[in-house]
Amino acid sequence: MAMLFSDPFDTLLQFQQTLERLRSSDWLAMGPSGVGSYPPFNVFLKGDDIIIIAEVPGVAKADLRIEVKDKTVRIAGTKTVTHDEKGGVHRRERRGGEFDRAVTLPIEVDVNQIKAECHDGILALFLPRAERDKPRTINIT
Amino acid sequence: MAESQALQVQEKKELVSKGEKTVPARHYVPSTDIFETDDALRVVMEVPGVDRKDIDVKVEEDILTVEARIDPAKYEGMEPLYTEYNVGHFARSFALSHKIDQQQIAATLADGILSLTLKKVQQAQPRRIEIK
Repeated sequence: MAMLFSDPFDTLLQFQQTLERLRSSDWLAMGPSGVGSYPPFNVFLKGDDIIIIAEVPGVAKADLRIEVKDKTVRIAGTKTVTHDEKGGVHRRERRGGEFDRAVTLPIEVDVNQIKAECHDGILALFLPRAERDKPRTINIT
Repeated sequence: MAESQALQVQEKKELVSKGEKTVPARHYVPSTDIFETDDALRVVMEVPGVDRKDIDVKVEEDILTVEARIDPAKYEGMEPLYTEYNVGHFARSFALSHKIDQQQIAATLADGILSLTLKKVQQAQPRRIEIK
C-alpha cells in the first residue's frame, strides 16, 4: 500500500488511522470466533499472502499452540502472569489465563507453507494463499 | 486463581497526558503491575512489539517515565484487511513516593514484557547514641 508510506513523518499516524477504520470491518464475521476473543488479531495482505498478527505479551513460545485445518486457524495457549507476593502490591493491571481462538479465513491457504514467528510479544502467522485459490488469467484466443 | 480463567481482551487505553506529544501519532498506556519490596520497587509493563533499543526509562524529580516506541517500518508493504486493535508507541509515567537510586535501575525485556527494578536509596540507618 503505497499511500501508507508516502510521508515518513506521518507514517505511523496514517497507519493508525487506517487500522482504526478497519475496526468496523466484518471480514471474519462468518468464522467460529467473533470479535472480542483473546488474542485480538490484525490481518494484513502482503502480495497474495495473508499475515495474521497478534499481541501476546508475556506468552512464551512454548506456551503457544497453533493448528491449521483447511481454512481454519486455531491459536491457543496460556499467558502466565507471576506476581511477586512477598512485597506490597501497588497496581495489578496485567491479566493471565488461558486462551483458545479459531478463525476461518475467506481464502484457501497452503497448509504446508505456513510459518509462525513470535518475537517480543508479537505473534505473526504467515499464510500463503494456495496456488489453486489464486485467480487465473484467461487468455482470449 | 486467575490462571485457570479464560483470558479476556483488554482494550488498549490511549494515552491522555498533561503534556501533548509532539509526534503526530497515538500513544498507548501499557498495562502495568507494580510491586514494592523493602529495598526496591518492581515495575512490570507490557510493551509488545518494541525492540530493546527503542525503550527509554528515566527517573527525574521522583517521576518515573517509560517510553517504548514501535517500529512502523515493520509493517511496510502490508495492507490491512481486518483489525481488532491499534498499534502505537507506549508511554507512561508514575510519581514515585520513594527516592530511587538512579545508578541502580535494572531493566530486562522478554516476550514483550519490560521489567524494571528500582532500588530505593538507603535511608539513613537509625543510630543509637551512646551516652558516656
